[in-house]
Amino acid sequence: MRKLVMAAAALAASLALGATAIAQEKLKVGFIYVGPVGDFGWSYQHDQGRLALEKKFGAKIETSYLENVPENDSERSIEQLARSGHKLIFTTSFGFMEPTLKVAKKFPDVKFEHATGFKQAPNVATYAAKFHEGRYIIGQIAGKMTKTNTVGYIVSFPIPEVIAGINAFMLGAQSVNPNLKVKIVWVNTWFDPGKEADAAKALLAQGADILVQHTDSAAAMQEAEKAGKHAFGQASDMIKFGPKAQYTSIVDDWSAYYIGRVQAALDGTWKSGDVWGGLAQDMVHMAAYTNLPDDVKKMAEETQAAIKSGKLNPFKGPILKQDGTEVVKAGENLADKDILSMNWYVKGVDDKIPQ
Amino acid sequence: MNPDILQLVLFTIVTAATPLLIAAIGELVVERAGVLNLGVEGMMIVGAAVGFAAGYASNSILVGALAGMAAGMALSLLFALLVVGLATNQVASGLALTIFGLGVSGLAGAGFVGLKREAASHLFIPGLSDLPFVGKLIFGHDFFVYGGLGLTAAAWWFLTRTRAGLTLRAIGDNHVSAHSLGLPVRRYRVLAILFGGACAGLAGAYLSLAYTPFWTPGMTAGRGWIALALVVFSSWRPWRALAGALLFGGATTLQLHAQAAGGFRVPAQFMSALPYIVTILALIVLSVWDRRGTTAPAALGKPFVPDR
Repeated sequence: MRKLVMAAAALAASLALGATAIAQEKLKVGFIYVGPVGDFGWSYQHDQGRLALEKKFGAKIETSYLENVPENDSERSIEQLARSGHKLIFTTSFGFMEPTLKVAKKFPDVKFEHATGFKQAPNVATYAAKFHEGRYIIGQIAGKMTKTNTVGYIVSFPIPEVIAGINAFMLGAQSVNPNLKVKIVWVNTWFDPGKEADAAKALLAQGADILVQHTDSAAAMQEAEKAGKHAFGQASDMIKFGPKAQYTSIVDDWSAYYIGRVQAALDGTWKSGDVWGGLAQDMVHMAAYTNLPDDVKKMAEETQAAIKSGKLNPFKGPILKQDGTEVVKAGENLADKDILSMNWYVKGVDDKIPQ
Repeated sequence: MNPDILQLVLFTIVTAATPLLIAAIGELVVERAGVLNLGVEGMMIVGAAVGFAAGYASNSILVGALAGMAAGMALSLLFALLVVGLATNQVASGLALTIFGLGVSGLAGAGFVGLKREAASHLFIPGLSDLPFVGKLIFGHDFFVYGGLGLTAAAWWFLTRTRAGLTLRAIGDNHVSAHSLGLPVRRYRVLAILFGGACAGLAGAYLSLAYTPFWTPGMTAGRGWIALALVVFSSWRPWRALAGALLFGGATTLQLHAQAAGGFRVPAQFMSALPYIVTILALIVLSVWDRRGTTAPAALGKPFVPDR
């Protein structure tokens, strides 16, 4: 029922969009968000990118967005944007992959950009950020800072991006502390503050003294603050919710990419492709390192610089799978395509990937 | 499982059940009067937004809670005008109310995204709250939890032990007969709808003031729909609604703790669907059990137009 309503809401909103499709010479850029713009996390950061576009291009473009679009019922929302004259459409969640490709087939003259996916088409480009670079850094910090050797990790859905994040975190942690254990809780949602808070409570009760999240609200950060423990923020800087708790946040920054792609569309040079930027391309930022002793802060900054310059690859060999088989030999790095389709855990993660 | 964790689990189940219970009790009374209000999610989220805004501005939980209730009532008044005043289709009006509420809440709460405040304070009775294990569980909650229990008892007493409650149920079962007996059908229904709005608003305010004390759009995350399912699950009886709320809240909480403990694993997707599956099962059991057929108020969802 909830899905029905959300879809109805999306439909109603998109009908309203259709009514305003008059000024055709302007490039109309559309965005589909999986959560509310005000989630202060994932969708919020994408919307910051949209606002950056408006600021940069002013009257040359017109932007609109649909928020709270459920992944498994997104096709009509995307189609509505395409029908209402949007020529460049950003679909900003992994679950929009198949719907985006379907709609793209029907509208060959509309350009689509799908975030965090791995399937392209002539008019569908993909883009993603190497969040796992940030997760390697926070893994190192957690490895140094944990007193109980137990870290709680709240996750949404078992998709490659999330699993690669867990693995990068673990590899980072293991590089400084081989005894660190990670306890994983799947909450099966990107955004439900109440449930995220309850998951945080459960993990803290199990002895975790640091929380990591791959969900979008600040609830876990707030729980950590309340309990006098620590946490890492996700998607945007969550320091307000955990002034004493936050070590750092992995911040997404899509502005530069969005500006580049809209410019290309305006110039007529837009081409499909796959962009995967990290710290080096400014797609991933680390929020200020706080509540950390100087040596750990220094280590984090050095690791960040090494990843940024390309000296350090979080997925450098040797990497062993959970069962001990070697996937990457010493001296080699895991290929990008293997990271983007990752469906296995590295050795030391005590969890089973939900099927 | 060690006692500390067991205590925490039970404590969390109670807090997770509270918003479901408060919203469900309100809707239960509305449905007993023969009106189906599918706008619970919308009223709840507006209650959360306005409740947080008022709580933040006044720095008072009580003001926040009252403002949340008032916001829920304001939205339900709109619904009452539509379905009682103009006898519009209740399903469509309720769905519209939810969509409207989700939108309005974003607007009302826009200036408050990213702010936080202290959670509602918890009851503390020297001596009693310190009792090992049960102390915190029984005497250590915030006032929303006790409010929810009080509300359940009050709704039960009202519906089964008062003349007004009897009248309300009669109206819900057959508004034409009730009307021909001279009972004020529309007045009862409007009051019931306002009560439901206040409850949904309070449940929303609980989320943004006590459960996760910040405001963010969409934070009810479907709890209004679970409350609706809960009313059906409870077969329109307040104490069963309490049991159902604990069951629905408990299912999620237990599953999170089971994962954290690394014990048995149930797919998270299944647990998300559980409230609805249980509701369907409850409906089947009830209809098999009760030979007369459904236990739903007979006039539920039917528009009423007084013939003279």
